[in-house]
Amino acid sequence: MTRTLDRPVARRAERKGLSEGKKAERKLGWMLCAPAALVMLAVTGYPIVYSVWLSLQRYDLRFPDQRQFIGIDNYVTVLTNSYWWMAFGVTTLITVISVAIELVLGMALAIVMHRTLVMRGLVRTVALIPYGIVTVVAAFSWRYAWTQDTGYLADLFAPGAALLTERVPALGIIILAEVWKTVPFMALLLMAGLALVPDDLLKAASMDGASAWQRFVKVTVPVMKPAILVALLFRTLDAFRVFDNIFVLTNGAQQTGSVSMQTYNNLIKGLNLGIGSTMSVLIFLAVALIAFLFIKVFGTAAPGGADERKR
Amino acid sequence: MAEIVLDKVTKRYPDGALAVSDVDIEIADGEFLILVGPSGCGKSTTLNMIAGLEDITDGELRIDGQRVNERAPKDRDIAMVFQSYALYPHMSVRENMAFPLRLAKVDNQTVNQKVDEAARILDLTQHLDRKPANLSGGQRQRVAMGRAIVRDPKAFLMDEPLSNLDAKLRVQMRTSVSKLQKRLGTTTVYVTHDQTEAMTLGDRVVVMRGGHVQQIGSPQFLYEQPANLFVAGFIGSPSMNFLPATLENGGLSTPLGAFPLTDRIRLLVEGANAPREVIMGLRPEHFEDAALVDGQSTTFEATVDVLESMGSDKFAYFTVEGETATSAELEELAADAGSADLTDSGAQIVTRLSAASAAKQGTPLDVWFDADKVQLFDPADGRNLTYSG
Amino acid sequence: MAAIGTAAPAGAKARWALIDILVVVYALVPVLWIVSLSFKTKETLTDGNFVPRSWTWQNYVDIFNTTEFIRALVNSIGIALIATVIAVVLGTMAAYAIARLEFPGKRALVGVSLLIAMFPQVSLVSPLFEMERGLGLFDTWPGLILPYITFALPLAIYTLSAFFREIPWELEKAAKMDGATPAQAFRRVIAPLAAPGVFTTAILVFIFCWNDFLFAISLTSTEASRTVPAALSFFTGSSQFEDPTGTVSAAAVVITVPIILFVLFFQRRIVAGLTSGAVKG
Repeated sequence: MTRTLDRPVARRAERKGLSEGKKAERKLGWMLCAPAALVMLAVTGYPIVYSVWLSLQRYDLRFPDQRQFIGIDNYVTVLTNSYWWMAFGVTTLITVISVAIELVLGMALAIVMHRTLVMRGLVRTVALIPYGIVTVVAAFSWRYAWTQDTGYLADLFAPGAALLTERVPALGIIILAEVWKTVPFMALLLMAGLALVPDDLLKAASMDGASAWQRFVKVTVPVMKPAILVALLFRTLDAFRVFDNIFVLTNGAQQTGSVSMQTYNNLIKGLNLGIGSTMSVLIFLAVALIAFLFIKVFGTAAPGGADERKR
Repeated sequence: MAEIVLDKVTKRYPDGALAVSDVDIEIADGEFLILVGPSGCGKSTTLNMIAGLEDITDGELRIDGQRVNERAPKDRDIAMVFQSYALYPHMSVRENMAFPLRLAKVDNQTVNQKVDEAARILDLTQHLDRKPANLSGGQRQRVAMGRAIVRDPKAFLMDEPLSNLDAKLRVQMRTSVSKLQKRLGTTTVYVTHDQTEAMTLGDRVVVMRGGHVQQIGSPQFLYEQPANLFVAGFIGSPSMNFLPATLENGGLSTPLGAFPLTDRIRLLVEGANAPREVIMGLRPEHFEDAALVDGQSTTFEATVDVLESMGSDKFAYFTVEGETATSAELEELAADAGSADLTDSGAQIVTRLSAASAAKQGTPLDVWFDADKVQLFDPADGRNLTYSG
Repeated sequence: MAAIGTAAPAGAKARWALIDILVVVYALVPVLWIVSLSFKTKETLTDGNFVPRSWTWQNYVDIFNTTEFIRALVNSIGIALIATVIAVVLGTMAAYAIARLEFPGKRALVGVSLLIAMFPQVSLVSPLFEMERGLGLFDTWPGLILPYITFALPLAIYTLSAFFREIPWELEKAAKMDGATPAQAFRRVIAPLAAPGVFTTAILVFIFCWNDFLFAISLTSTEASRTVPAALSFFTGSSQFEDPTGTVSAAAVVITVPIILFVLFFQRRIVAGLTSGAVKG
């Protein structure tokens, strides 16, 4: 008896499942995402794991016979190395200073692009050039600008000084090059935030007696805070990877190398895969920490994060 | 042409929320059926389940006797008109209307012939080569209708198709939708939150609330014989007046005074096993200026708060001292109308008096009401104690 | 008040014009400088003048006479184009699914691509260097195309899903009701509407690939796959003892031209693309 009763029930339960439409939708979703997911996993997922594995080995391509598993020795080597910490300090310095300047200039440029009464198209077009130009090209432009004899800026501060060969001025020029290139990108992100501030809100504030500066600080900035945080997050993570400008401007000489430069030197020039990978992992951890701080402490809404999902 | 049957259709979302519960509706071939109710009542979900745009959690949906729960929308042969019209912005009007036919791989000649015919019916012929962005709201609406009718589907589903139009155009389009449906004779399910649209368009109206069907019937029947307090309050504009009342030895004591029940009502109430405390409902048109009625017995005197003269008749608003009628249904209706937090002392009453009335704002008036049109409801569950359907 | 009012007095206009010129100068000076250098003759190269005193095409003639530069240019164009096409195709598919369809694993995908977008590229250089040597991909086109696709995909997916989200949902439902399969709804309704977004994304991705330097110098070793940015840093001029400044500048100008063209013709789209994906969150 129970058997004969069970059957129709089971069939019904089966029918109750997803309709053809929903099933097709699922399948299509997977099919469409699979290639992108596979490429991303193959070219990043696996290498990340692999680089952690490499970082636990002594592996110098000049001495392949000595390859062996050494646990965290590489980490000890790197973390007790003064050059690493120097590079880390330089990277942090460049990141903090350039992002701070970019925020101020980017906001100014964003307001100009958003509010200008004349030549708006021209300003927006021209501002995109630094964003689009190849970093290496811009870096060469700055290098030649400050090179003795050749450059139009070489004698700006002290005639005859080779600024790119002195540590502090060289860092200044690196930051200048970084800032010049990325202010427009920052400005574009902030401009999108500015567009979210309703004009009526500003009108209301000015009716309430707020000056232009008060309107900016008390109304505009709080309303566009999410946009500011996202822009800061993007740029901080990006600035921490600084490489191209340093490579062209100083090649890391006079202790101006970033962590990325150090990694590159150990890996491609030194052919020391173990140490190079260790540095890779450490940079990854540092970047993850920065992202974590932004998201947890400042409450930055990561794109595609919680906010986005709700929609 | 088709008959659509919803058999205990239920929609439960993965998070457990019950959107539609055990809906039983039989839609006859060629019928114009309206689903009406406040927002969130499940009417759109029901429509989407018929369309196949949402899954049916439980129950069965049959079109012409065949179970279609698992069929994709494209295999149900149903056309839909959306609230936003959902016209393809990159296609001309002609291409928009031809799209379903092209998908069905109909040959070119037939496509053109059908599109031209639909355009003629809908008066769109001179707009066929324009893009939707260049059309007015009313024209877009007609293109959406055109796209639905070219295929000659088994049924039309319309999801608030007129709610994006301005008031005047909405009334015009209401008539043309109705004419078009009669002309084509295609089974139509129409969702709206507007009870006027529901009353004027439908062969039958389904009133929904909180995922449950409250009552199904012809517009006139729903108006005269609401099954419960919710339907009574939802259908009709201005809506029915509600007052608390007490049943005492064959009579009714109300804020308007005590009066005996008519024989018809007494029989119904006795059969309905009514409680002592009830809610009395009276439609505005069942009041009249006492000076214009002969041999009246049920009258009361009150001061006219506001008088709106419509020409053909006059709406007089009164405040009746005492408690107001309370029930879950009435609160929900008030919330839907957006008047939940309007606090008034005493109950508001709307009356429709004939144009000959001498009522004046701010002055007292003797008002008569038709005691035989009184409807009584149970405050606990909202059921109509005088229901004779 | 000037910032809010709609009326624009002449004074405000003049003020804005001045500020605008400042922005233009800011953006153009380094570009004009490299252009200027590229046109200077060998004799005037070291005069430090912003505008060349004597003009010459010689630097351009020189670089187009070296196989080193021609090879690098071909590599740059080929690699960037192929990577762009693949990344945009894959990104379009994934972004459509993310913006439009419900399926398990969607959040994981969004999370992973977000992670990659923030990922320090240098962290991948070590393992990729080792893996590509093992697979024989080192110093080949695919060896660069693969990482470019990977890092361009998050950009493509974000930008595109932002564009896709702006297409009204009901259109797809309407297409389904009109008898379309999900694939047909994508091809005939969503894809044509998304074309501008796809095009914008392609420009952004191309700029990204065109720009890359780190992978280009780490994963290549010869002319076989070295792109222009990488080649620039190895430029030594036509002979060992010659100052390469002029030729480097000329090569730099050549690879800047496409960027300038994109910016000139597609300014609006680039701005829309850059801002839509990033700030909506």
